[in-house]
Amino acid sequence: MKVDTKQVEDVARELYVRALKMLPPDIKEGFARLAATETDATAKSVLGTMVANIRVAEDTENLLCQDTGIPIYNVTIGRGVDVEGADLRAAIRRGCERATREHPLRSSVVHPITRKNEHTSCGPGVPPIHFDFSDEPDRLVIEMVPKGSGSENNSWLRMAIPAEGVDAIKTFVVDCVLDAGGKTCPPTIVGVGVGGTSDLCVALAKRAATRPLGTSCPDPEGAALEESLTRAVNTLGVGPQGLGGDSTSFAVHVEVAATHITMNPVAVNMQCHSARRASAAFTPKGVEYGF
Amino acid sequence: MPITEAQARSLRVNDTVSLEGTLFGIRDATLIAMFARDRRTRLDLKGHAVIHTAPNVRKVPASPRHPTGYAPVCVGTTTSARMERFTQPLMEREGVRLVIGKGGLAAGSAEAFRKLGGAYLAIIGGTAALETTWIEAIEDVDLDDLNPESLWRFRVRGFGPLLVAMDSHGGSLYDEVDRKARARRANTLSQLGVK
Repeated sequence: MKVDTKQVEDVARELYVRALKMLPPDIKEGFARLAATETDATAKSVLGTMVANIRVAEDTENLLCQDTGIPIYNVTIGRGVDVEGADLRAAIRRGCERATREHPLRSSVVHPITRKNEHTSCGPGVPPIHFDFSDEPDRLVIEMVPKGSGSENNSWLRMAIPAEGVDAIKTFVVDCVLDAGGKTCPPTIVGVGVGGTSDLCVALAKRAATRPLGTSCPDPEGAALEESLTRAVNTLGVGPQGLGGDSTSFAVHVEVAATHITMNPVAVNMQCHSARRASAAFTPKGVEYGF
Repeated sequence: MPITEAQARSLRVNDTVSLEGTLFGIRDATLIAMFARDRRTRLDLKGHAVIHTAPNVRKVPASPRHPTGYAPVCVGTTTSARMERFTQPLMEREGVRLVIGKGGLAAGSAEAFRKLGGAYLAIIGGTAALETTWIEAIEDVDLDDLNPESLWRFRVRGFGPLLVAMDSHGGSLYDEVDRKARARRANTLSQLGVK
């Protein structure tokens, strides 16, 4: 299957706008679930405002949150897909810039030292564009995640030692949730990376945080940790917006990778309640949009 | 808006308020320029509220509806904690009474609220679509070379309801929640089987 890079550019542009305006159905279900079980009056009201916002965003075709975030694109290339990688990457970047200039969108991206905003949502190394491969024939998927900084600023890595065991992971996650407080706009998806190298560990945490609700860790140990940590985090009482209540987190997600004999890395990345995500699948039938 | 010191001091944690009239938008770069680089503004903030924001705007021809040549597209609120150090000078130099933001402020701001008469109103973060409907117009803009972190003057109607989360009497919902959450930590960890 041949992929047209001009079409990729248009899709990359469309994905950024879609992601900012339409909340995935799994997140809406997450809100319904939390609203049904929340016992605190202030928390119920805060959740209610968040849900009302989703409706207003849909009715007015506006952005859910003003933070257009750092745009992230994850590309999965299936079998038999004919595409020139470097051109694909350039096309995605152009699409990202066009979305920003043409909609227009607030560019939240600046040079890290000069702090200069080019008003394109692009800069050195941004948008991060990740590539992976799959066994699915004739299929290329682009997933777009606009990652807000309220949550992204609450990211941590700890190089624990093997002697601390799994307790190090559990303690770290609980402490990160306490330190984040209301700054991450709870309820959050708490993404936990376990193992790997330092950078892989943090990347795992990001993947975990941006995974759809209702999915579980492919590793059985990781999946067990997800369940116990999700329950645990919601006993702390941080609540929506850090104003108290049960609904601190939609879920804790875990991703696992092997690590070194003497390493025990754990990373936490959070996704805020505006857990935005959009994707497009290129198949021989054309382009299909989804979440 | 604007309000007096007495009005600011009458606000208590857990009250809900809505704003009518004028609201100023301000953020990291604006505050750094104003206080670390001593830039002055021609806008009068005395007795007013500031909200931590860098709005999404669209350039339009200047008109009575959009006097600055900017139309609001999406206006939401950012994490206040980064701007903790600026609450005191905002109140002291510019006469600001209310800070609206997301996630709360810390002890320095609490002290400024106590000493000078102010409060923190909590916006629900990530509800920009809703918040944008409370903004009628962008009336003025200064320090616009810092766009979108310019100093914005909004005209607002029914801006709220907002929860008073910090007051001039030492009250802070964030401190209360944090204290209670940290008190639960040991129990939570023990339930997880942590030794």
